Amino acid sequence: MTPIRRHKELDRIWKTPRGWGRLSAVNHTVVGRRFMVTSLVFFAIGGLLAMLIRTQLATRDSAFMEPGTYAQVFTMHGTIMMFLFAIPFFEGLAMYLLPKMLGARDLAFPRMSAYGYWCYLFGGSILIVALLMGAAPDGGWFMYTPLSSSTYTPGISADVWLLGISFVEISAMSAAVEFLVSILLLRAGGMSLDRMPIFAWYMLVVAGMMLVGFPPLILGSVLLETERALGLPFFDPTRGGDPLLWQHLFWLFGHPEVYIIFLPAAGVLSTIIPVFSSHRLVGFRAVVAAIVTMGFLSFGLWVHHMYTTGIPHLSLSFFSIASALVAVPTAVQIFAWFATMAAGRPRFSIPMLHVGGFMFVFVFGGLSGVMLAMVPFNSQVHDTQFVVAHLHYVLVGGFIFPMMAAAYYWLPHMCGRQPVQHLSHAAFWTVFGGFNLTFLGMHLTGLLGMTRRLYSYDDPAWEVLNFISSMGGFVTTIGFALLALDLILLVMFGKRARRDPWGAGTLEWATPMPPPSYAFAAIPVLEDAPDGRRIAAGQGLLAVPRGQLETLGVDPLTGAPQQIVVLPASTFLPLWTAVATGGIYLSLLAKTYLLVPPLALVVVVLFLRWTRSTPPAQVLDAGRGIRLPNQSASGAAPSLWAMRFVIAGDATAFASLLFGAGFLAISAPGWPPPGWPEDSVRTILPVAVGAAIALLRPHGIAAVIAQGLILAGSAAALWRIEGATDHAAPASLAAVAAYAALHAAIGLVIAAWAVKRPRAEQDISAQWQRYAAIVGAMSMAFPIVLRLLSSAAA
Amino acid sequence: MGLLGFPFLAGCDGQLSVLDPAGPAAQGIATLWWWMFWGAAVILAAMVTLFLWLWLRPDAGRSVPARWWLVGGGLAFPLPVVIALTAAALWWGDAAARRSAPLRIEAEARMWEWRFRYPGTAMADSIGQLHLPAGRDVEIVVTSRDVIHSFWIPRLGGKIDAIPGHVNRIVLRADEPGVYGGVCSEYCGLGHAGMTFSATAHADWPQETP
Repeated sequence: MTPIRRHKELDRIWKTPRGWGRLSAVNHTVVGRRFMVTSLVFFAIGGLLAMLIRTQLATRDSAFMEPGTYAQVFTMHGTIMMFLFAIPFFEGLAMYLLPKMLGARDLAFPRMSAYGYWCYLFGGSILIVALLMGAAPDGGWFMYTPLSSSTYTPGISADVWLLGISFVEISAMSAAVEFLVSILLLRAGGMSLDRMPIFAWYMLVVAGMMLVGFPPLILGSVLLETERALGLPFFDPTRGGDPLLWQHLFWLFGHPEVYIIFLPAAGVLSTIIPVFSSHRLVGFRAVVAAIVTMGFLSFGLWVHHMYTTGIPHLSLSFFSIASALVAVPTAVQIFAWFATMAAGRPRFSIPMLHVGGFMFVFVFGGLSGVMLAMVPFNSQVHDTQFVVAHLHYVLVGGFIFPMMAAAYYWLPHMCGRQPVQHLSHAAFWTVFGGFNLTFLGMHLTGLLGMTRRLYSYDDPAWEVLNFISSMGGFVTTIGFALLALDLILLVMFGKRARRDPWGAGTLEWATPMPPPSYAFAAIPVLEDAPDGRRIAAGQGLLAVPRGQLETLGVDPLTGAPQQIVVLPASTFLPLWTAVATGGIYLSLLAKTYLLVPPLALVVVVLFLRWTRSTPPAQVLDAGRGIRLPNQSASGAAPSLWAMRFVIAGDATAFASLLFGAGFLAISAPGWPPPGWPEDSVRTILPVAVGAAIALLRPHGIAAVIAQGLILAGSAAALWRIEGATDHAAPASLAAVAAYAALHAAIGLVIAAWAVKRPRAEQDISAQWQRYAAIVGAMSMAFPIVLRLLSSAAA
Repeated sequence: MGLLGFPFLAGCDGQLSVLDPAGPAAQGIATLWWWMFWGAAVILAAMVTLFLWLWLRPDAGRSVPARWWLVGGGLAFPLPVVIALTAAALWWGDAAARRSAPLRIEAEARMWEWRFRYPGTAMADSIGQLHLPAGRDVEIVVTSRDVIHSFWIPRLGGKIDAIPGHVNRIVLRADEPGVYGGVCSEYCGLGHAGMTFSATAHADWPQETP
């Protein structure tokens, strides 16, 4: 078979339809690009809001905006930059790059990527519409209660944030599961974990962090929305709730979030610096150890956002030490880059210029971060402009500069054209100069006592500094406009780039440029050096098109070929499912709760339709004399792994709920509650029996009966709870019972669906059945535990 | 010492400046800040110089073995620095946290003003104006009636949040009689920017009735 013919046949199988059919795209190259472009639009909107803020603050007693408008502007600036720009942008970049770096033709769940994208687009758009209508959230991007409760923020604005962000986070959770499974299973033949590209290592850790980092935020948002909509007082101190619970849940997400944003950027640096130093990354294993350490540490320092809330100094000292220690894995990475530069011959190029920008700005932000980790100093500058300056140094240094380097580095790959030098330099220096002009002096503004989120001030010394910051802000914006112009010119008029223009020699550059729909004509085998021509000529695995979308599944550790994963083709199902999910979100927002159950049914039916494309079990020829089972026959299907990760993420949310209720019992005012519901055999018995059955026989019709019993028992327990709006204790019991009931209901649907499916799919169902049984059993024991905790604290 | 770097700072009226301390708590933190500032400046300069040197002189540093970079730069350099700094800050913070004072003043926050009460003294309740004796430790008991606020007199010391349902305390001292600016430092709604107060330290203080 000639390379041209192979290209035509593969492209016919993998390509995304044209016209309206583009809405059915599931391919990682297309969806990844969409994520990046959409997030850049949100970046432009967020930047515009930043300009409004800088205009307001440029002079004393500014009459440009009313305080209410200003509150919406600063809240939306933070929300957009964090949730609608930074996270989706690196998700898109990773989506685009990972399969190509790993030698796969696509990610493991292309339809989940597409579904996540639509959820992100709809959720983000609703937030922007709310902003245009003047009904945007206005309590600051961390939405502290009680300010964001219905007493102090009546109306729809806080609901837009809580529901909208939760909706957008569907895309983050699905990306987390997808990256974990794809990195572990879908790689080139023989690519063992220790030969995996460093960027994939970074994304493996990031995806793991997202999987356990986002659930506390989603859970907190659901609880706060429940308080606002139904009156369950989780955060209301007059009814046994505690505003500090929100802060714990928010920062339990919010601090890892900073590292979730930084690590992909560091992964870009660990990829680019070796290329421009003409030397492999020095200290590969030390860097991997550093990022894993960082991942763990980042979950142990959320309280450093809460130093001034009155937590005892002894507890703070633990978080202070952890916060300062983060400097160590960061230093390991930076010095590994230095060592790489020292060992090789660094050369000048535009991406390296941005690496230099990173080095100054991020190290600066890291150092002020160590200062902020010190409890006494933090108590002075917390919530001042010093913190605003610090976080911009960390996020712009740790994310924007590396991403600009990534843009110049990989744009030739995406569009097949080469950067032109002149404008790139001007753009870099304008952004770099403008940024420092904006934020360097802002540290001093904070030290002079200016707190954040002020719409007006009257101190003349602050005015000088603020005016400089505002001018710097406008210069930065001009710089970003130059950058955008430069990149657009590059895409439209850049001269054709040859393959692997930087001499990287890594796998993603072995695809043609721009990449074809199928990425690799043959799945590379790592014994051969990555060579684009040989791959195009079909040297590798799965080189003979068979009319279906195939990529290689490997053993997670050794990279030995294990299975052929057959992927779904373009389909409108993700779009329709996202539209139905968006319908649920809009009904919750409009408080038309009667529409929610039918829409939820539609979502369930649509999701079940996704499973129709699962191939029958087969053993197929993979080329080179290897025969491999497809995923239905392998016993290690990607969806089995996905279910494990989904359960891990869900268990984090459940643990956060139990932690939250326990936290209230121990530290909230107004406990113990006036009374507890009495235990009833009628609720405990069915759950206990159901859980026992589900644990012992999670397959077949037994699982259906088991989940039916758990659902009935949990629903009865929920029904018996009285006064859930009067005190946080019954509210917590209701939340836990509802959590168990929901999981039993999902289990019921999956079990009923799995009854007539092949054994491999029943095994996937069985995982959820066992998990839902454990959740059910724990929810039954929970009232007793909570009562004990409460009386022990009293 | 550090004022040398920013001569124009001293010219400000210093109503809210952290760098113009007027009590032992703020003084300690300002000293800590200047130590950290100069330390950070040296580290930043060294890191950027090292990067530029390695980048612009391609043969530089080739003789240094990889292990030295990783162990020296990644562990031996940051670990002692952060351990020493954290230990010093914790030791100082612990001493500050242990302090208590017999004189208690209650500060109650609400949207958008501060109310002060002086139990056990002849001082009348006040709104937007805090009175305290100069030259002596005072414990401020901070509470909130509605949303979260934060009590902050930058020239006297750090801030402490006013959280509904919680009672927080902070010990402050003004060395000299005078008027010090105070603000709410946690965003608390539309009137947040105007939620300021003044703290007047008096040389004479009425006799306390225990």
